[in-house]
Amino acid sequence: MSETVKATPHRFKKPRSGNQDRSVRRVTAFQVISVVLLIILALLFTFPLYWIITGSFKGPQAVNARIPVWFPTEPTLLNYQKLFEKPAFLWLFNTVFLCAASMAFTCVAASMGGYALAKKRFFGRTVIFSIFVCAMALPKQVILIPLLKEMAFLGLHNTLWSVILPTVGWPFGVFLMKQFSENIPGELLEAARIDGAGEVRTFTQIVLPMIKPGIGALAIFTFITAWNDYFLQLIMLNDTNVLTISLGIAKLQSELSTDYGLIMAGASLGSIPIITVFLMFQKFFTRGITMGAVKG
Amino acid sequence: MTKAVKGGSSLSRANQRRENIAGYLFMLPSLLFFLGFVIFPMGMGLFTSFFNYTMTDFTFVGLDNYRELIADPIFQKALVNTVVIVLVSVPVTCIFSLWVAAVIYRMHDRYTSLFRCIFYLPVVTGSVAVTVVWKWMFSPYTGILNYVFTNLGIISRNINWLGSADTALGCIILILLTTSVGQPIVLYVSALSNVDASLTEAAEVDGATNLQVFWKIKWPQIMPTTLYILVITTINSFQCFALIQLLTSGGPNNSTQTIMYYIYYNAFKLSRYGYGSAMGIVLAAIIAVFSALQFKLAKSDNG
Repeated sequence: MSETVKATPHRFKKPRSGNQDRSVRRVTAFQVISVVLLIILALLFTFPLYWIITGSFKGPQAVNARIPVWFPTEPTLLNYQKLFEKPAFLWLFNTVFLCAASMAFTCVAASMGGYALAKKRFFGRTVIFSIFVCAMALPKQVILIPLLKEMAFLGLHNTLWSVILPTVGWPFGVFLMKQFSENIPGELLEAARIDGAGEVRTFTQIVLPMIKPGIGALAIFTFITAWNDYFLQLIMLNDTNVLTISLGIAKLQSELSTDYGLIMAGASLGSIPIITVFLMFQKFFTRGITMGAVKG
Repeated sequence: MTKAVKGGSSLSRANQRRENIAGYLFMLPSLLFFLGFVIFPMGMGLFTSFFNYTMTDFTFVGLDNYRELIADPIFQKALVNTVVIVLVSVPVTCIFSLWVAAVIYRMHDRYTSLFRCIFYLPVVTGSVAVTVVWKWMFSPYTGILNYVFTNLGIISRNINWLGSADTALGCIILILLTTSVGQPIVLYVSALSNVDASLTEAAEVDGATNLQVFWKIKWPQIMPTTLYILVITTINSFQCFALIQLLTSGGPNNSTQTIMYYIYYNAFKLSRYGYGSAMGIVLAAIIAVFSALQFKLAKSDNG
């Protein structure tokens, strides 16, 4: 992403000084229509979220009005009261625990594995890496039936671990951390070795500080994907007290399909925390997505 | 780096062994999780697809599951629907996100990231929250879409969007589109910003039109990104599940039945694990074929 930041102002200036009327004409014709269209589309894209949040504050009459109530003029907390009569706090806590544990384990395993794949010349390295890459292209759902049986066998079915362990196993993290580890200069590692640093010390004191931005990107990426991985959660978790917030909303909607006020309150509770996390760490997140796409 | 590699390979056998041990020790945690919770279940999926595997039964039936699958009319319907979803959503997602990226990547950084955020919002909001709000908006009586469209004169009476076979699949595809353009836009913005500026400037000085600059210079350079986007969008569209499960359960009359939902239905509602596994294998094979085709197309397009 740092290249983006550098490249943009440079390109902005050049055509202007070099070829003035061309750049002016370009701005007036294509850009204006595009920008107008873009703004309309952007409003449409934000509307569902607006509808979730405002809907959660609407009373039963406003929710079921034939003429839509565009803004809740008489906001009520009734929906949230009803929501917290259900174990909504527990669902939220389960989700946060699930995401945080997935994130922590993924970061540890992937930064070690990615470093080894990028910098260690061990036997079978290329074969292992190829298998990781191929597995990434396969549909995750193919493995869910056997995974369920495996978790039942291990006695983990209906526990949060049955979702955490497969999330950590997913190969994207290792792939991403290999991309970041490629940038560590080999001379530095060589120098550390000559100075008598052991493998562990080299990793913790030289490698880790250098791949820190990568770990940040992976952490936030894992957290958000784990939060929204509905299918895996649906299959592994059934008991009311191990549900995640996504499953909780789905349960509300299957039980009370027309109480949209309550369902929107659930949807707000499920989406606002994760949107906040996303907005706070947006830079890291974007870098994670773009680095993961660069084929090694 | 090359120096270190060469040093490593010409070093003594003892040193290579040390490198092997260290390498595998560092790989150990990720390999354990990967083998245990990805590769092992994958193998088991292939294995159980040759069995009649239910709650009470586990007998080897060879290719019977696959034979039944080919003759299963619901599976055929699901396959057609899935392919329709992919064929519509993949090109639309790619073109739409390329257009958005092309418009926003030259803007001031602040606006670029604002728009990028907005189009990414439906992804972060989460499939379940997005789905339930769309269900409300599509609702025949209290839904906002019927209200807006009748008032604008586009439709004459309220439509049961998700409840009629003519419109349900279209609605699903529309929602899927809103949740799938976010990542491609991020990728295209970064790819377009990395296009070699000196080339485009040279072409502009030589009098090339904007369209020519785009097709001859930018398009080839962002080709790897396009390819990657095609592949991930294809995989995501094939796996579209939450929308179907929460909105239509494959109905009405299987008009929104997809392979993914049919796998879920067979395995987790009917407990036909073997049959579901066989379907999963077929789905994986189809995705592999689609991805290979895209690679081939992209290559011939480039050369």
